[in-house]
Amino acid sequence: MELTTFWFLVIAFLWTGYFVLEGFDFGVGALLPVLSRGEGERRQMLATIGPVWDGNEVWLITAVGAMFAAFPAWYARLLSGFYLPLVMVLAGLIVRGVALEWRGKVEGRERALCDAGIVAGSVLTAFLWGAIFGNLLYGTMAATVLGGALSLTLAVVHGAVFVALKTTGPLRARARHTALAVSVAALPVAIVALPALPGAGAANAAWTSHPVLWLAALAAMIALASAVALIWRRREGWAFTATAASIVLVTGTLFGTLWREPLPGLTVAEAASGPYTLGVMTWIGLIALPFVLAYQGWTYWVFRRRVTA
Amino acid sequence: MDALDLARWQFGVTTVYHFLFVPLTIGLGIFVAGLQTAWHRTGKEHYLRLTKFFGKLFLINFAMGVVTGLVQEFQFGMNWSEYSTFVGDVFGAPLAMEALLAFFLESTFLGLWIFGWDRLPKRIHLACIWAATIGSNLSAYFILAANAWMKHPVGYEVVDGRARMTDLWAVLTNSTALAQVPHVIAASFVIAGGFVIAVSGYRITRERRMAADADATVPFTRAARGRVAARLTGDPAMWRSSLRAALVMTAIAGAVVAGSGDLSGQYLREQQPMKLAAAEGLRHDEKGAPFSPVPGIEVPNMLSLLAAHDPGAEVQGIDDIQRRYEQRFGPGDYVPNLPVVYWSFRVMTGFGLSTVGLSLLGLWLTRRRRPAPEWFARICLLALPLPTLAMIAGWLLSEIGRQPWTVQGELLTAASVSPGVSLSEVAISLAIFTALYGVLAIAEARLLVRYVKAGPEPVETPLEPRLPDDIDAQAARLAPTLMY
Ligand code: HDD
Ligand code: HEM
Ligand code: HEM
Repeated sequence: MELTTFWFLVIAFLWTGYFVLEGFDFGVGALLPVLSRGEGERRQMLATIGPVWDGNEVWLITAVGAMFAAFPAWYARLLSGFYLPLVMVLAGLIVRGVALEWRGKVEGRERALCDAGIVAGSVLTAFLWGAIFGNLLYGTMAATVLGGALSLTLAVVHGAVFVALKTTGPLRARARHTALAVSVAALPVAIVALPALPGAGAANAAWTSHPVLWLAALAAMIALASAVALIWRRREGWAFTATAASIVLVTGTLFGTLWREPLPGLTVAEAASGPYTLGVMTWIGLIALPFVLAYQGWTYWVFRRRVTA
Repeated sequence: MDALDLARWQFGVTTVYHFLFVPLTIGLGIFVAGLQTAWHRTGKEHYLRLTKFFGKLFLINFAMGVVTGLVQEFQFGMNWSEYSTFVGDVFGAPLAMEALLAFFLESTFLGLWIFGWDRLPKRIHLACIWAATIGSNLSAYFILAANAWMKHPVGYEVVDGRARMTDLWAVLTNSTALAQVPHVIAASFVIAGGFVIAVSGYRITRERRMAADADATVPFTRAARGRVAARLTGDPAMWRSSLRAALVMTAIAGAVVAGSGDLSGQYLREQQPMKLAAAEGLRHDEKGAPFSPVPGIEVPNMLSLLAAHDPGAEVQGIDDIQRRYEQRFGPGDYVPNLPVVYWSFRVMTGFGLSTVGLSLLGLWLTRRRRPAPEWFARICLLALPLPTLAMIAGWLLSEIGRQPWTVQGELLTAASVSPGVSLSEVAISLAIFTALYGVLAIAEARLLVRYVKAGPEPVETPLEPRLPDDIDAQAARLAPTLMY
């Protein structure tokens, strides 16, 4: 495989990891006021993501850093092109991050402010990512809103399933119901968004020449639908796998569409760093990534038990 | 005012701001890990209380380091797209390595440490804080290597108007980086040491006052005395040990700062002569150049001695360098903002070395079990602002002294900025970040002050002698203090 292809796949992998992992902690943040009744349950909910959310966010930093190293022109033009939306993303992540870290250290009104920050930051950022990529692909207002709605609803379902998977008691039951209810919105959004997207703009060509993208989009919808069925049957572990799979497939579809021309008028080959950089970075990545995956996996294992009230 | 000016302001504001929190993360993390290790070794409860206390302050600060760092990661592409396209091949590599090798380590193991008090075996729990702080220090190395490359580009060639890396090892072992990394990391230890000195000094004065108050209330009821005693979580031996540890850390780190700063100066003479000349305001090439610590006082031959370890060595002057640069790079203004560079050098060395002086004084005053004198405990508070100002000044010297270049001799700042980003876009983002950062800075300062005033969590059961294997029980009692 060519190194540019390999690095494109690495970057797609890192973004996918980011959306799957931070996807659920965005969802948990967004649902904080919806699912919890009282301070005890709020803590219970936040304890499910407390140990891991910062590690999840590093997937984004790594994805962006890898773009910088492997495809500088892509990094530069994407980030300067989506200037104001990214300012809002950063503002959302700042507010959210500080609120998550500080909420346990303050009380009363300040804690309420932190909760508001967690909710606002989660909703805003989860929406913006989809909006940015929707706009990147199709450049229309409809695609922007639809993309945002898709990423937000997917994150919320994913987060609700995660809460159901990681807690006990009334919170768990409520999370299950909410997951079902939100799926009722998420599924139609996915059905409209995914096939409608290739109907427009430059991406059309990618979809006609690579029919596999249609399959991936279809599989994403099937995964989401089966998640609904699995939640219904109280198979929370499998339901979480299914929502994760649907996010993987949506992100896969996205990057499949971006392949060759990640930005209008810029090809992967033009954007790429020299072979020397790609070569050494490949070695470093191949050596380091297994360790990262191992210790992050270990964290999830250490905190595998359900959080009780 | 155009987009370039605002982008520079934005970079300056956000980076200086990021760097208010970074040194404390780097230095205080190691300090907390050291405290926890001491607790494991000795089983003394006051080390556990200190671990929890400074651990909490560390976490409050850490949150700010993380969120402000995110902005940095995006900012190169957002505001400096021409720069990013030009250097990404070389500059992106250490940044990606920082994320992959350092940030994952730091964030994952810190999460384990915060939530792992009662989940992990105690040795593994201790290993987690060490892994996290090693991550912080590693991240500093990579980012500083990237920054050093901008001052002294090595291991690359320019092909089709873009820098192409030819040798990663050369980039990672850049002489400039090998001077800068110890300089900045040791300076971070000075700042963290100064923080602990200030906090300990404050607690010492405060608790002495509270003890005096408690004595004064003796004639009153027992209930009143109990209340005062409950507020008095004080433990003079505990604060003495944290003060002494921090004084030692600051003094040792100070020596490294001075040594590596001296080395940086030598490299400046070869690699960035304009910065050196600007720092001294030296107009013309001169053999045996003098140095003026403050305007008006001149020490003959001192600059040559500092910059080359040879009192007769030639040091280049601003006007002569300007002339040579015009011949080499074409017409233009190659002189940075002179007053800023001149004064930032003096603030850095002056304030930085005074902090180190303060720590040596403290070590002398508290030698052989002597308690810290009252006046010294009070001036300990200075150990917080002094090195912080020195650090900011150091960055101003480093970054503004490099102007008009972003990459010395290769790329001008004016050519680095994003062409498609408008003045109003940068203005909006600068306004948003400045406002957000202002609010958060106040919130963080208040939070830190509140926790410092409150002091460490009291121990719930009466203090009694404990053996090291009782550690788990101690941890379990104090555990909830670090939880969400
Ligand atoms: C000398 C050290 C140093 C310097 C010059 C910088 N940083 Fe920094 N950065 C750190 C040392 C550090 C740190 C100590 O490792 C931090 C502080 C708090 C933390 O979590 O890690 C950090 C956090 C941090 C984060 C968040 C990591 C996380 O989520 O865990 C990012 C993305 C960056 N930084 C990126 C940058 C960039 C792009 C810089 C260049 C302008 C930069 N930093 C300058
Ligand atoms: C790896 C770390 C760093 C890199 C890559 C870096 C790079 C840059 C770049 C690209 C600019 C904008 C162009 C310019 O105006 O010069 C800049 C400016 C600046 N940087 Fe740095 N910098 C780094 C670290 C820091 C740190 C840690 C500080 C201070 C805390 C700092 C302070 C400044 C300031 C004050 C400016 C504005 C200077 C001016 O525009 O006149 N930098 N730096
Ligand atoms: C606690 C005291 C000090 C602090 C906090 C401090 C901090 C810094 C920082 C943050 C930088 C920018 C990063 C870099 O370029 O390395 C810097 C640069 C520098 N420091 Fe210091 N410093 C201190 C003391 C000193 C001393 C005592 C000397 C000289 C003996 C010194 C010499 C230098 C030089 C020459 C540079 C410029 C290097 C360059 O731009 O390439 N510093 N300092």
